[in-house]
Amino acid sequence: MATIQIRVNGTNRQIDDIDPTTPLLWALRDHLGMVGTKFGCGKGLCGACTVHLNGTAIRSCSTPVSAIEGQMITTIEGLAKDTENLHPIQEAWMEHDVPQCGYCQAGQMMNASALLAVNPKPSDQDIDNAMAGNICRCGTYKRIRKAIHTAAENGGAR
Amino acid sequence: MKKDLYDYELIPDVDMPAEFVQRIKDYDDLEDTTLDTNMARRQFLKLSGIAGGGLVLAFAMGGAPRAEAAHHGNKKGAAALNAYVQIKPDGKVVIAAKNPEVGQGVKTFLPMIIAEELEVPWESVSVIQSDIDEKRYGRQSAGGSQSTPRNWTPMREAGATARTMLVNAAAEKWGVSASKCKAEQGQVINTSNGKKLSYAELADAAAEQAIPDAKILSFKDRKDFKLLGKFIGGVDNHALVTGQPLFGIDTQLPGMLHAVYVKCPAFYGKVKRANLDEVKNLPGVIDAFIIEGNSVDGELSPGVAIVAKTTYQAFLAEKALQVSWDKSDASNESWGDFKEMAKDLTSKSAPATEESGDMAKAISQADKVVDSFYTYPFLSHSNLEPQNCAAWFRNGKMEIYAPTQTPQGIAGPVSKILGLKQEDVVITQVRGGGGFGRRLINDWVTEAAAIAHKVDAPVKLTWNREADMAHDFYRVGGFHNLKGTLDKKGKLTGLQDRTLVFTNKSNGRPVRGGGIRGGNIQAPEIPNVRIEAHEIPLTIPCGWWRAPTSCSVAWVFQSFIHEMAEAAGRDHLEFLIEQFGEPRHLGKQTARDFNTERAINVTKDVAEKANWGRKMKKGQGQGLSFYNSHLGYFAEVAEVTVDSSNRVKVDHVVASCDVGMLLNKSGGENQVEGSIIDAISTVAGQEITFEEGAVRESNFDEYPLLRMPSQPKIDIHWLTTDYAPTGLGEPAFPPAVAAVTNAIYNATGKRIHTMPISKEGFEIV
Repeated sequence: MATIQIRVNGTNRQIDDIDPTTPLLWALRDHLGMVGTKFGCGKGLCGACTVHLNGTAIRSCSTPVSAIEGQMITTIEGLAKDTENLHPIQEAWMEHDVPQCGYCQAGQMMNASALLAVNPKPSDQDIDNAMAGNICRCGTYKRIRKAIHTAAENGGAR
Repeated sequence: MKKDLYDYELIPDVDMPAEFVQRIKDYDDLEDTTLDTNMARRQFLKLSGIAGGGLVLAFAMGGAPRAEAAHHGNKKGAAALNAYVQIKPDGKVVIAAKNPEVGQGVKTFLPMIIAEELEVPWESVSVIQSDIDEKRYGRQSAGGSQSTPRNWTPMREAGATARTMLVNAAAEKWGVSASKCKAEQGQVINTSNGKKLSYAELADAAAEQAIPDAKILSFKDRKDFKLLGKFIGGVDNHALVTGQPLFGIDTQLPGMLHAVYVKCPAFYGKVKRANLDEVKNLPGVIDAFIIEGNSVDGELSPGVAIVAKTTYQAFLAEKALQVSWDKSDASNESWGDFKEMAKDLTSKSAPATEESGDMAKAISQADKVVDSFYTYPFLSHSNLEPQNCAAWFRNGKMEIYAPTQTPQGIAGPVSKILGLKQEDVVITQVRGGGGFGRRLINDWVTEAAAIAHKVDAPVKLTWNREADMAHDFYRVGGFHNLKGTLDKKGKLTGLQDRTLVFTNKSNGRPVRGGGIRGGNIQAPEIPNVRIEAHEIPLTIPCGWWRAPTSCSVAWVFQSFIHEMAEAAGRDHLEFLIEQFGEPRHLGKQTARDFNTERAINVTKDVAEKANWGRKMKKGQGQGLSFYNSHLGYFAEVAEVTVDSSNRVKVDHVVASCDVGMLLNKSGGENQVEGSIIDAISTVAGQEITFEEGAVRESNFDEYPLLRMPSQPKIDIHWLTTDYAPTGLGEPAFPPAVAAVTNAIYNATGKRIHTMPISKEGFEIV
């Protein structure tokens, strides 16, 4: 058991009494009570658990919390600056009513926002390639693609 | 008002989960009894008092509540309300959504119906998930695409009742006849002088009005709808995009522990012994124990529970768990054995379960006979949110937080298994991360309750992906040995299906989604039809999977009709339409209501919209398919490009559909798009196999779901008809499968006889 410090959504968090092999996903969900990041497959196959590590999309289900000690994590709860000021990705997701069940969408949005950060005006092909690791069981791919284009137009690369 | 047309009765069709049948029948039997409006009013006033917010309007409705009033009429004090509309002093309107939300959009579109008839702007509405309470809300479930047809009239009545009372209150205040008053977007207007009163101002007085009889309510004309049919986003979207807790798995209770439940890989194996002491000593583990279970289909299988401080510690402990299983009653079945057996068995005759005309004569007089053998696999539901449930046993009550499709199906088995009173099992409905039929069965809820019953704290049970795939209630696989006959003119004169029907070992009936009827062929013009079924008992658990039965047999029959058209040298479109015959309503003659007019119209429409029959490039093909399931009529054309390595790109899918009218353009289109993606997923590479009673696939690497780059362009065309609106969770799926495989045939000349197409050497890219 260990004590681990991480920076989540701009706040330093100390996690006491944690098995250092605990995946970041479960550290967030069970230790910090932040349940926006979702468990889908546990093997990095579905992308439901995607968060940002120093701005890059990673799979939190396959990343031990000890490996990211002291580093900067952004989760879906921290994607917006505040509740009134959503990220263009979140706005676009609502505008196009992307979600069906919505379970995968936190991971989709985290991956999409990471894409726009490096590619502010992605083509359909760019989007397909970048988003291929995120499964949507409900099949909302058409709307995800549209929403990413809309977010790109609205300054989603911020 | 133009009346809705109905070409079906609201009784369960063959696609309906069987355990609902009696329940629905109970309601329908009571439908003609009249509502005791006085009693309802007393209840209504009482409830207003309880709610205590001052300007709270709560409504009893017609339809189901009539039945309910009769049902509970002898019980004094039974609450007879089954929906709420609350009008707050600031003009905000709170509408309760009664059915489980699992991604089908019901939490948005049922309240939309109420808001439309109530005449309030959608911006003023906030939606809450109702309690699970059969006395107040009637049937609360998500299954069989039934929420729309079953709630269309009751929700309209709820809104219209409230609107009428507000209008009556305004008329009374102004001392004019109600006919001089008109409700419009949250206010009542005096049409003789233009004076206005807001709903908020009227709410108090409206609460004192008599509840109008459902018979005198007037509904809005569809042409006057302001909300229904528009593109309306989901009511939970803001919470969803900001990552707020919503789903079952997000449930957090004070001091909550985390559990896993380990069952025998072979279905219905029992626990002989396990290294519980060792497991209990692992970090974070609070307890580990064996649960005997009752081994009843859909209830509680035997297993080992591990309860730990965190989910990860429970998962780690599971890896260290060693169980010796007693497999004497367990399944030892294998998919490979069934496949071998099926080919042999279905080559032999079996007693006909259904016959019309004379198939033997059709064969002897045929100009051409075509034989074809179709195989489709078992499938997993693979909800992206794995099965999970939180439960808390305290003060003799079992509190359950379940992302279920059948919240009212929980108290029965849980109370029976744990020796509790039904009323002491309290269910809270939580959003489900996908349904697809998996969450109609509450095995995982009984597990959570059985674990919580032994632990002095709230517990959340979480299945990992491997458990979810290994312990599903699968879409049943199947085999069909078909024979079709053509006369000299190329007319389809006969169809024979020698099939293998898996039966549930516990009751001898076809497994869920495993029965087959002549009506499933949906070609009423074929004069001679014979269905023969070889019955095989099965232990592997089967469940309702999106569009049960239709999801598999639509592919078989829509492929075979195409095959027969080819054999006759005729155009598929013209041949398919010929099988419908004259435009007419066939009622129950085909084991289900079937309106050939609606079938013909969507089929012609999709052909026109997809530019059917146009010249395609080499390696490209169009495929046509039709199916009617869950009261929806869908025809679809898929277009594919196949390269020399048999890599298939589904370029485009066009769907034409008739579900009466579209309630929410956004939610409805989402369901159709999703169903088509889901269908291509199954075509591509999904197959659940089992050996010695255990499922072999364990995660998404072995059971792939379609990914973003493989999505086709999808266009949806809605035929608006005067029929009452019906549901969209399922009916777009069944025809999509054959549309794709028929397109592959037209592109390559290769008929797909075995699903998924990876078995035939094709790959979806």
